[in-house]
Amino acid sequence: MRRGLQLAWTYTRLGVLNEMQYRANFFVAIFQSLLGVAVSIAVLALVYSHTDALHGWTQSELLVVLGVQILLGGVIHASVQPNMERLTQDVQDGKLDFLLSKPADSQLMISLRELRLWQLVDVVSGAIVVAVGVSRLQTSVGIGHAFAFLALLLVGASLLYCFWLILATGSFWVINMWFLSDLFEGVYQVGRWPIGVYPGWLRYSMTYLVPIGFAVTVPAQAVTHRLHWVTVVVALGFATVVFVVARRFWRFGLSRYSGASA
Amino acid sequence: MSVMNAQAGAVRSMVDFYLTGMRTQIQIGFQYRAATYMYTIGMLSEPVIYLVVWRTIADQHGGTLNGIGGGQIAAYYIVWTLVRTFNIVFTPFGWEWRIREGELSAQLLRPIHPVHYDMATFAGQKIPWLIMYAPLAVGLGFIFHPSLHPRPLEVVVFFVAIWGAYVIRSLNHFVLGMLTLFTTRATALFQIWFLTELLVSGRLVPLTFMPQWAQSIAAWLPFKWTFYFPIEALVGAMSTETLLTGLLWQCLWAAIGSALVFVTFRLSVRHYSAVGN
Repeated sequence: MRRGLQLAWTYTRLGVLNEMQYRANFFVAIFQSLLGVAVSIAVLALVYSHTDALHGWTQSELLVVLGVQILLGGVIHASVQPNMERLTQDVQDGKLDFLLSKPADSQLMISLRELRLWQLVDVVSGAIVVAVGVSRLQTSVGIGHAFAFLALLLVGASLLYCFWLILATGSFWVINMWFLSDLFEGVYQVGRWPIGVYPGWLRYSMTYLVPIGFAVTVPAQAVTHRLHWVTVVVALGFATVVFVVARRFWRFGLSRYSGASA
Repeated sequence: MSVMNAQAGAVRSMVDFYLTGMRTQIQIGFQYRAATYMYTIGMLSEPVIYLVVWRTIADQHGGTLNGIGGGQIAAYYIVWTLVRTFNIVFTPFGWEWRIREGELSAQLLRPIHPVHYDMATFAGQKIPWLIMYAPLAVGLGFIFHPSLHPRPLEVVVFFVAIWGAYVIRSLNHFVLGMLTLFTTRATALFQIWFLTELLVSGRLVPLTFMPQWAQSIAAWLPFKWTFYFPIEALVGAMSTETLLTGLLWQCLWAAIGSALVFVTFRLSVRHYSAVGN
């Protein structure tokens, strides 16, 4: 455990140092983030120019959902997606063998190697959008809700990480996985709207198959007074199960992997 | 007479070039079926989200929004997927890679203008996509119950218009890509371009849902001819005159695009200093 943390810390430092070389990218990231937020807010305004509430969600409440989606998107784009893309690329190029010969947990290693620091700008802008949404709500948010919100965000990030890992592990069988990012980006946009808006089959698949409902809508429920404690328990249980499944699947995939030069 | 013959020969070899380029891509497309399907699923979520959101709003208004019924909204976004498939062209972001890897230098040695390679390649990809996408479209139809009753003329115009949209978008993206030869930080500009497209092309919503001022802006830009017009040709109730003038507008934008491709490519290549081989 201690070694794992040490490893994580070293890789994070390396990632930060690496990204610090390209400081201009920081401003590009800010620009892109602002543009993205502006367009999303324009879309919300357009939707709410035709209606007062979407499936019971007001505009301020939807701002919270949007903020959570942007925030978690920042986390994924900074630390999860680059690692998983590198994994699939390494399997294809036969470079994964180098990593596997190192004496540390392979899942830990493949999940830590890349860090796109500047993508974390989205975490900040997402948090601002959440804050604006919350400040415009009619009711106030207590400490308990804020705490639940943060905890559920972590659960959400973990779920999305597991989802990505399961997908990327598929590269042991399907070598060419160029479509993964497009697939994830497309599906992740579903999280922009509260999961209740979607018809049943889509709602269930976007909650249990692709855990976007848990990851985005549930944290947003915490600060908009919609959260029931049963949801929290289910989310925690589900996240634990998915984590175990993802880890097992990774090991299973690895055991089937015969290497590039074997 | 010999000039005529030479011209006929040039046209023939160009047609041959396009057919060969397309055939190669059709074979590649069918080889990677799983990848194509996964990519399509990722792509489908965008219109399904829009469809669900706008249909929810229409339902809250008693079934119609701005005079458009729920079934028509469904039809709009299902046809959208088909138009979007046709709208996939070489991305301007790809030029950075082409320059860095020395691809462009290799391309410059070939006797045909690079725009033709992209146009032939991506046109070929449409065929396997179309065939593999057909069952998905039927599935969407069963789920969302679109109301679609086009006239024969509308169907004909639609099939011409999706290719028109393909040509316009290919040319515009080529011109954008040329910017990469001047500055490696063209990304910000591309992003503005794509977001403008999202808002005023009919990609996000049927343009009639937009405020009037946005519709007026859209009228002066090429974007609506690559999304809204082809979709509405099939889904909406456009008059014969509107349909045919629409095609003329597409021709105009294609002509402007071609001229810009011609000019920007000459300027850019003069500016270009090779990387790689």
